[in-house]
Amino acid sequence: MELKQKLAVLADAAKYDASCASSGAAPRNSLGSQGVGSTEGMGICHSYAPDGRCISLLKVLLTNFCLYDCLYCVNRVSSNVPRARFSVDEVVQLTLDFYRRNYIEGLFLSSGIIRSADYTMEQVTEVARVLREEHDFRGYIHLKTIPDASPELLARAGRYADRLSINLELPTVEGLQALAPEKDASGIRRSMARLRLLIDGARDESRPTAPRAAAGLPPKPSAAPPFARSQSTQIIVGADPADDRTILQTSGAMYASYGLRRVYYSAFSPIPDAARTLPLQAPPLEREHRLYQADWLMRFYGFEADEIAGAPGGMLDLDVDPKLAWALRHRERFPVDVNRAPRELLLRVPGLGVKAVERILASRRSRRLRTDDLARMRVPAAKVLPFVVLADHRPGRALEASSLAARLRPPPRQASLFDTAPP
Amino acid sequence: MSWHDATLAHAADVQGWRDTARGLLARRVPPEAVAWRVAGDAGAGAPAGLFDAPQPAAQPPIPPASPAHQVPAAFITLAEHALLHSEPQRFALLYRLLWRLVQEPALRHDSLDPDRVAAEALARQVRRDMHKMKAFVRFTERPTAHGPRFVAWFEPEHHIVDAVAPFFMRRFTGMHWSIVTPRRSVRWDGRALAFGPGARRDEVVAEDAQEALWLTYYEHIFNPARLKLDAMQSEMPRKYWHNLPEARLIAPLAAQARQRTDTMLSQPASVPQRRRPALPALVDGRSARDAAAGCLDCPHARHATQTVWGEGPATASVMLVGEQPGDQEDLAGRPFVGPAGQLLDRALADAGLDRGTLYLTNAVKHFRFELRGKRRLHKSPGQRELQACSRWLEQEVAEVGARRLVALGASAAQSLLSERVAVSEYRGRWLERPDGRQVLVTWHPAALLRLPPEAQAPAYRQWVDDLAQIARVSQAH
Ligand code: SF4
Repeated sequence: MELKQKLAVLADAAKYDASCASSGAAPRNSLGSQGVGSTEGMGICHSYAPDGRCISLLKVLLTNFCLYDCLYCVNRVSSNVPRARFSVDEVVQLTLDFYRRNYIEGLFLSSGIIRSADYTMEQVTEVARVLREEHDFRGYIHLKTIPDASPELLARAGRYADRLSINLELPTVEGLQALAPEKDASGIRRSMARLRLLIDGARDESRPTAPRAAAGLPPKPSAAPPFARSQSTQIIVGADPADDRTILQTSGAMYASYGLRRVYYSAFSPIPDAARTLPLQAPPLEREHRLYQADWLMRFYGFEADEIAGAPGGMLDLDVDPKLAWALRHRERFPVDVNRAPRELLLRVPGLGVKAVERILASRRSRRLRTDDLARMRVPAAKVLPFVVLADHRPGRALEASSLAARLRPPPRQASLFDTAPP
Repeated sequence: MSWHDATLAHAADVQGWRDTARGLLARRVPPEAVAWRVAGDAGAGAPAGLFDAPQPAAQPPIPPASPAHQVPAAFITLAEHALLHSEPQRFALLYRLLWRLVQEPALRHDSLDPDRVAAEALARQVRRDMHKMKAFVRFTERPTAHGPRFVAWFEPEHHIVDAVAPFFMRRFTGMHWSIVTPRRSVRWDGRALAFGPGARRDEVVAEDAQEALWLTYYEHIFNPARLKLDAMQSEMPRKYWHNLPEARLIAPLAAQARQRTDTMLSQPASVPQRRRPALPALVDGRSARDAAAGCLDCPHARHATQTVWGEGPATASVMLVGEQPGDQEDLAGRPFVGPAGQLLDRALADAGLDRGTLYLTNAVKHFRFELRGKRRLHKSPGQRELQACSRWLEQEVAEVGARRLVALGASAAQSLLSERVAVSEYRGRWLERPDGRQVLVTWHPAALLRLPPEAQAPAYRQWVDDLAQIARVSQAH
């Protein structure tokens, strides 16, 4: 098969994976080398697909042949999609060619499971090894690890990759048993636990900085990271009956248990040649969007899963963002005095993001904040005002009004951003 | 008031602005009296009517900066970006801000001051432009006599070429490249950056052999069931499209998306091409360990990593039973590897016992925890867990066959003896189970770790004494 055709098949197979971020790598560059590549902490989105998702990496499968029969997956053994397999060198060349043209930040490689978990993991790792060792490639590499591959292989993969990930795919053990009977739910968690121990171990080792190059010389740049700095996972939303609360509880526990950098939520998407047992529906993109917002609240705003998805039924409100929904359910906690309240309370005000709260805390030292200060901070005043007290503003009875919720409910719209903080 | 003419070498002359501003400040020239301009850029930035004004006053030499002129580091960063904006008034605005920062100390805390807000807006737009340049520059490869050369055309909105060039140098060190814009260009030959004048688009743009592969990738990584053009455009505005090869696919892909999705949804499930035989059903008669690995009888098993089964020789005559795995045990899948385990190791050594001859396990097999933000806090097992899990413990006891059991802590004692036992009361004593096995009750190492420091040493000695009894009975055995 021609390279172009393979690329078409193997990019098609990879497009259902939501993870895309290329940030969080240890900073490095190619100065003083003959190679190319750098990472500066923050990743760059080099393009956007018409689905609104960022393209920052060459995201492909090494092969879409797979032994497993996970029903939600287009690559399952029983699916009739066309199959292809890249050679190690083909992926290496594509990565380098795309990188040199500044199309991408690096590579995100995963694979269907062929022969065995260990064999597959070895092949995936080999691509990263050749890029690093033979081409001195210093760009970003994210490898999808194969659940329950041997600890030695995980350790090897982590020496070449900036990030490793294992997809949880379904939030509950029952969901996995029903839709991915050959997958071992505990095996996935075990792999995450192993990765965490390896990532933590490498971090502890690298702390006492080894003597670098001779005094006066710049530190010797190294092509490979000492060990992947982070791991992430993906949860498919809407393929099984798990509610939002269950999903967020699972995420919360996984952030704490495995130090995950990100959990990606991927609205279950219609796939070609879907399994008979999986009735297809239009993808709940809005639900995915709300989950990202809720996840954001857990990571940066001190919310717990149970608080956010606390409404009866365990589902997030689709009409309003989860922070506003929480505030409407807890009006007794408002209004919050912008000129006096501690950070934790300010962070709970709908419409105030982390940056706005920092600015408020800084500005409070020299002025009493008024309504027009909010406007200058570019926060959505209509959303904030009912919940706060300012030098020249009290919400009065607006907060109790039963029409408040209706007023703040925006007209229905298509979810717009892939991954955003609730404003 | 006399005019001060401040002329900068070029539009991105940040260093020139800094030197000039420092000099003006030292001479106490107020912002209203300065006319900023860029050499060769007639009149830009000059207040109206400037050219009717008298010639600038003769300027005395610049005195060194005085400590009174220290400004916050954040201002320097802000200025470095804002000064690259294409807005003609930027030099004056930044000088006014600098002047005011020196005159009004409170200003450095007031992030809502209108001048600051305006300068930050400029800086933000410049940073966005720089970011987009890093993202949307597209190199095309040209063969030359000295190997390939990579050339790109880009149209920034602001004067950012000098500021962004080092990024491309760090990233593409091993390549020879140039980036050309309408006003300025930069070239890297593997050794140094060289800046030059701008050029026209048609002097630069060419197609690249790899472009077809890139377009193939772009077309196939897009999921038609998720069309969201608005989201895409907010991140990749149209003004960049004409320089991005993939952008010409957007319209056709979007147009087909709905139909492709509908086709997918309406297609009946097909008959699978090939089937793998179903995995064999789990066989009976496997060990309790394998069976327990799938146990979900308690709610927390869903969030724990794994069942942590016991460890030690299958023929051990003594079995130590703790409460439940902790954070480290949960991750590693082995009992007693965390802080409590390390204390136990020490005590066993002090009691003259070899950990390798003992079988170590826990009454409850899953880590039960409570979330506190991103931390997992140990939560003691309740009745329900102890009861649910006791069948696994009993199977383990039966499989190992140890005659002597050591209950570390109350939970283990309760599980082994099927009744609540006060450790403080029965500590150091052997109790008999209905099946004839002997149970020694003593503390759990985690309990010792929780004692106040002054109580730890005596308690540790008692504990080692208790454990030493095991050594005696196993020798007598
Ligand atoms: S604690 Fe014991 S009973 Fe509960 S789920 Fe885990 S193994 Fe099963």
